[in-house]
Amino acid sequence: MITAGIDMGIQNVKVVLLREGEVISQASASSGFEPGKAAEQAFEDALKRAQVASSQIKHVTATGIGVEMVPRADSTISMIAADAKAGVHLYPSARTVIDIGAEEARALICDEKGTVLDFALNERCAAGSGAFLEAMARALEVNLEEMGNLSLKAKGTVSVNATCVIFGETDVVSLIHKQEPKHEIARAIYDALAERITSMVRRIGIKPDVVLVGGVARDIGFTSAIKRVLETEILIPENPEYAGALGAALHALGKVGGNAK
Amino acid sequence: MSGGNNQYWRWREYHRVLPSKKHKTPSLITAGIDIGSISSKAVVMVDGEIYSVSVMRTGSNSPDSAKKVMDWALEGTGLKLNDINYIVGTGYGRVNVPMANNALTEIACHAKGANYIWGSTVRTILDVGGQDIKAIKCDEKGKVLSFLMNDKCAAGTGRGMEVLADLLQIPIEEMGAVSLKVDEEPEPVSCTCVAFAKTEAMGLLRRGWSKEKVLAAYMRAMAIRMCTLIERVGCEKDLVVTGGQSKNIGIISRIEKILEMKPLPMPNWEENGKDPMVAGAIGAALFAKALYERAQKT
Repeated sequence: MITAGIDMGIQNVKVVLLREGEVISQASASSGFEPGKAAEQAFEDALKRAQVASSQIKHVTATGIGVEMVPRADSTISMIAADAKAGVHLYPSARTVIDIGAEEARALICDEKGTVLDFALNERCAAGSGAFLEAMARALEVNLEEMGNLSLKAKGTVSVNATCVIFGETDVVSLIHKQEPKHEIARAIYDALAERITSMVRRIGIKPDVVLVGGVARDIGFTSAIKRVLETEILIPENPEYAGALGAALHALGKVGGNAK
Repeated sequence: MSGGNNQYWRWREYHRVLPSKKHKTPSLITAGIDIGSISSKAVVMVDGEIYSVSVMRTGSNSPDSAKKVMDWALEGTGLKLNDINYIVGTGYGRVNVPMANNALTEIACHAKGANYIWGSTVRTILDVGGQDIKAIKCDEKGKVLSFLMNDKCAAGTGRGMEVLADLLQIPIEEMGAVSLKVDEEPEPVSCTCVAFAKTEAMGLLRRGWSKEKVLAAYMRAMAIRMCTLIERVGCEKDLVVTGGQSKNIGIISRIEKILEMKPLPMPNWEENGKDPMVAGAIGAALFAKALYERAQKT
């Protein structure tokens, strides 16, 4: 039995296919101006990779922003619920899941079944999301990957404003003028985002084990900063950006009476 | 500003020397330099009257910007930097004004400047700049009694207007008027985070909204944020608006509707130099005069 999950992200659409609860393929496409078309594209790619036909998919569950644009969705699930399902599926010991995407961040605590007990959101503000890192990398004139590696060399001698992207940019520009080393500025940027995320997580409390998902979880600069600031071990799956789609696909599986392994 | 170019965000930089009556005899020359996040302003005063004004974009380096805007203000005045008795720096980059004798906060300077521009009836000043919103209460002398500002978030500030000007391809100085061309005022946008201005507007355009409607919804949300700050500080007549957004009719008319109070009208600044966008530099030049006179007495 094959089920599918589609996560309509602001920057990328992600698709995961499961056969009897086991991932058989995943694909993504840039959301762009027509997220519906991007969803179609990613879905086709995932089918091709798994070598299955669309008609073989028993159930499709969509999540993310703009789920109404998904060409085929038999059901929908909230992003928070999808994250919880994915978190506990990936790590049965997971009780806190943090998801940092391009323009939003979420944190939730859940039980061993992946039922959400409490959650906190950062929305309508770029400071607590991937957009913060993108804006700061632009101001620092480095690309994102470079910034992550740079930050690892730093000791933590300077800081930047964590509450607002615009104020943060101003800080970065004045640090450049003060001729602070780039790697120190890079670390300050990651620390700022990590502090912001930590204060969101603390609103609901931290229950170990903590899982970090979303595209930003791929950034080595950020993951080392959040470990430092949150003062706890953090589990990061191999494909953190697919967590939402995985959670949706697991929900689809439940809908047709299947059980995840 | 005419269409046809692709720098829609660009607002007018200008420099103006006013005919001065009192410039012959030995006079007291003071100057104010306001280094904002987006624009730098300089004012030269002769015996406390505006003599010349300059407004230009702030560069990435504050000391450079201060020097450039000051030089421009002196251009055509027959004065040199050395002729100025006292200079006060203000604004976000005030500590980086190398030629200044003193630095004061823009809050004090805007209150003082508003008092000079509109007179002693001013009690509440809304200053909206590139990344600041400030609501200031003052007395009849332009002395600050209390204030509130957006110290944690730049949502709803002038920066967002530049982003939208480029995206919608409407010259920035025409955006206010364009936003008023809607038959019915739409609901305000839910998010005025400057970093999201582009995606927010693109989402609305994708839904088939006109540019006018997008601007109306965005400016309404900006105006609501500003009015919340004014109401928290306590709005008292007369109300005035300073900073770059004082020239945005789309914002001014919405503030008027929300507060049910008309801000005092824009002065004839092209003639008399009393540009509300320059209020901070005007206030700084006035403080420069007072500080110089006090120093002479002691």
